[in-house]
Amino acid sequence: MSNIQEVQDEIVSEFEILGDDKESTIYYIMELGAGLEDFPDNERIEENTIKGCQSKVWLIAEEKGGKVHFQADSNTDITKGLISLLLRVLNYQSPEQIINAKLDFVERIGMGSIIGSQRSNGFASMIKQIKLYALAFQARQNV
Amino acid sequence: MGLDIEKIKGLFPVLHQEVHGKPLVYFDNAATTQKPKSVLDALTNYYEKDNSNIHRGAHALADRATRYFEETREAIQHFVNAREAAEVIFTKGTTESINLVASTFGRKFVEKGDEIIISTLEHHSNIVPWQMLCEEKGAVLKVIPINEAGEIIFEDFEKLLSPKTKLVSIVHASNALGTINPVKKIIDAAHAVGAKVLLDGAQSSSHLHIDVQDLDCDFFAFSAHKLYGPTGLGILYGKREVFESMPPYQGGGEMIKEVTFEKTTYNDIPFKFEAGTPNIADVIAFKSAIDFISELGKDAIRTHEDELLAYANEQLTQIKGFIPVGTAKEKVSVLSFNINAMHPYDVGMMLDANGIAVRTGHHCTQPLMKRLGLEGTVRASFAVYNSKSEIDKLAEGVSRIARIKNK
Repeated sequence: MSNIQEVQDEIVSEFEILGDDKESTIYYIMELGAGLEDFPDNERIEENTIKGCQSKVWLIAEEKGGKVHFQADSNTDITKGLISLLLRVLNYQSPEQIINAKLDFVERIGMGSIIGSQRSNGFASMIKQIKLYALAFQARQNV
Repeated sequence: MGLDIEKIKGLFPVLHQEVHGKPLVYFDNAATTQKPKSVLDALTNYYEKDNSNIHRGAHALADRATRYFEETREAIQHFVNAREAAEVIFTKGTTESINLVASTFGRKFVEKGDEIIISTLEHHSNIVPWQMLCEEKGAVLKVIPINEAGEIIFEDFEKLLSPKTKLVSIVHASNALGTINPVKKIIDAAHAVGAKVLLDGAQSSSHLHIDVQDLDCDFFAFSAHKLYGPTGLGILYGKREVFESMPPYQGGGEMIKEVTFEKTTYNDIPFKFEAGTPNIADVIAFKSAIDFISELGKDAIRTHEDELLAYANEQLTQIKGFIPVGTAKEKVSVLSFNINAMHPYDVGMMLDANGIAVRTGHHCTQPLMKRLGLEGTVRASFAVYNSKSEIDKLAEGVSRIARIKNK
């Protein structure tokens, strides 16, 4: 699995190519969302939603051989794209790596100005929920 | 003669800017309208020349400020054709105007088992205050249903009316769909069973002629900021006899006649309902907004906005995947829609990338959205400074978004 920092650098260079064109950037984010792994229908339930997101976001996680496997979905295409960016960086990493990950790509690509303040709050909630899962798995490993 | 839209647009400094490198197209007027330079100047002017507290000051500035403040009240009296200026109360917005009625009229006159009627079209601010009151009093909230076009079903409203009905509180024009309710008929029918009527005029006041005497409504609530005026200022019109029958709203300065530690007697209307230092600057500046509207003429504004709405409908319905929401026969210039299989948030963000400002989501009308089976809509709402060429840009944006999704 790639290193968290390398993946972030990769994302930053992709966004650099898009430049300042907001429309193309949004379309690109939406395209990324289309590549999300299929989300199991029976998991699209209230308990799996992330609180603090304006749109609906479902997130589930399981641990496989010391790595965390996340699956996520949303009812909006842009949000799907955003979560796919996060999972590209954090999926299949160890709980410890996820907890310690500094997600500098968010600032480097200027996410705040791309998605605005409301969606940025939602995006922060996604990161928090991903890290909470990692913390829970780490606690279990340490028992 | 038609309005000179370019000239009118020139009076609004905020409209002349780029957003994401594109000229701003502002179609979020049902949320708040922009303010003409005359309103901005009135605000600055007040703080630079007249700032002082009103009604009790014994000096020239206080006298001037008081005069200007009360001149706005008179301007509003004429704007809605109230019998007298004392029937106009200042609040901080439509929401507070409605809450004022709920906590004074409601607290005094609504009792256990009484009924309050609202409609499916209501904004949360005309739902929640009544739910709170009903919960406190053991009263019952009844809701007028709507048809698929987004119009209330009048026959069903008549069936809800009974001697138990104490108040009908209904929106004049829907913020989410633009539907204009047949309020005159509603008021007559409500009065026939002895109920009072509050009209939520937050949306209607900028588009329609308001004549509270002709309507015969007991209350009319609206906000300055949707009428090209400042934010943080609302108006509540009420009939004198109804206002006088109501207890005060908040206690404090201004609303009293005499205070002793044993007993306080209250001031006359409108001051009885205006405790504390009011929003003086915004009240004074609001007069400039009313002057702006009066100079253009409400009829001319309405004609222009109707043309914009018709043009937008014509342009957008040609786009594959465009789904209009709310197709009432009588509408103000609000166009709610969805694009096939797309979330309204995403559509709003892509339009924003093109410099087009719209509203997306449930528009504070969650029960209405639930009734329509929608999570939300995209809402473009037009004001006097908008033009057909801006609608062309909207149509172009919507068309591009719909194509990308359908490819």
